[in-house]
Amino acid sequence: MKIKDLAINESGFVFNPYTGESFSVNSTGYEILKLLRKDLSQEEIVNELTGIFDISKDQAEKDVIDFLNMLEKYDLLEK
Amino acid sequence: MEKKKITIGVTGLNNIDSPGPGIPVIRGLKESDTFDVRIVGLAYENLEPGIYMKDLVDKAYLVPYPSSGADEYLNRIFEIHAKENLDLIIPNFDAELYTFIKNSKKINEKGIATFLPSLDQFEERHKANLPAFAKKYEITVPKSVTVLSAKDFLKVEEEISYPFFVKGKFYEAYKAYNRDQALFYFAKLEAKWGLPVVVQEMVSGTEVNVVALGDGEGNTVAAVPMRKTYITDKGKAWGGITIKDEKMLEITRDIIAKTKWRGGMELEMIKTKDEKYYLIEINPRIPAWVYLAVGAGQNIPDALAKLAMGYEVKPFEDYKVGTMFIRYSYDLIGDVSQFAQINIYGEL
Repeated sequence: MKIKDLAINESGFVFNPYTGESFSVNSTGYEILKLLRKDLSQEEIVNELTGIFDISKDQAEKDVIDFLNMLEKYDLLEK
Repeated sequence: MEKKKITIGVTGLNNIDSPGPGIPVIRGLKESDTFDVRIVGLAYENLEPGIYMKDLVDKAYLVPYPSSGADEYLNRIFEIHAKENLDLIIPNFDAELYTFIKNSKKINEKGIATFLPSLDQFEERHKANLPAFAKKYEITVPKSVTVLSAKDFLKVEEEISYPFFVKGKFYEAYKAYNRDQALFYFAKLEAKWGLPVVVQEMVSGTEVNVVALGDGEGNTVAAVPMRKTYITDKGKAWGGITIKDEKMLEITRDIIAKTKWRGGMELEMIKTKDEKYYLIEINPRIPAWVYLAVGAGQNIPDALAKLAMGYEVKPFEDYKVGTMFIRYSYDLIGDVSQFAQINIYGEL
């Protein structure tokens, strides 16, 4: 599974073409997915998020870690 | 280009909660780019909904169950042929396929084309023969044991632990958690579908299916994989979505190449969490969800009709991933005179 293979639309609807499963993500999740597709590192994603949203670096870091854990739980991260 | 007019006999008009494939097959045929299709529906029961779907079924006839004997069955088919001049018959029931395959020469000699697997192909993929089939063609299947009597369950328990599936010869499967349940389902399935009954190990994972068409030369003409998204209490798909799964397509192409499968088929598989595929069943005909494949860009019923009529068919190369179907029920309104007509004259 590659993040780049997911179909993602602006409303936060995410479709996994390999399993037929679909998910919905909030605006933070949507931005993180977009940044992951650009092959950015975790550190870079955190920095980008602080620019997009009015949040601290600590908060952004927590959000990114939580979201990556969730992606892993749903088998959406490349193994 | 003007479409060629042909008349096709189709069975499986029982478009009910556990639907036969007839109506979706007809929908595909009616969308043919080559044929202008007249449909002659062949029904076993006078309340099969397809009989009354006049926009899809141009003429319907009652036919006897194949269990009443091949002669009686064929005589009725030929009687209908004499009136309707059938170019092709597409049977859609597992239980009638044996009669059609066994008598295909007789049927073809009357000028009715068919596009069916050979008797050997049909027999070797039976649920009861699945372990031998898997060994011959190097396919992974769940452990399964053929059961011919209630006392066989003592032996089954040594080989397969509960819960396991108890499966009927043609249709239906139940999950049994203990011996009492297993014996109950055995009796139920034996009474309904006859022997053998098959016990199959339960493999955990996602159920994924492929509808495919083999040309009889080893080539896969069409193949579309899907995952059920809504399953009825009878285990039937009430919703599904096409998925991108190269491994499933590879398994399908491999089975069709090795068996030289001729006709439509459905492969039922379980995909485990660690991405292993277990083949749980091969259905030797087009499944009821085939219209999803039509919607995704592969008109399998039309391709089958073309192959049967001797046309050259180029294999489909693509399908649209993320195409969904949602089944629904619909109340057809009819008049008792229609019911009288099909009852008294056996045709409508």
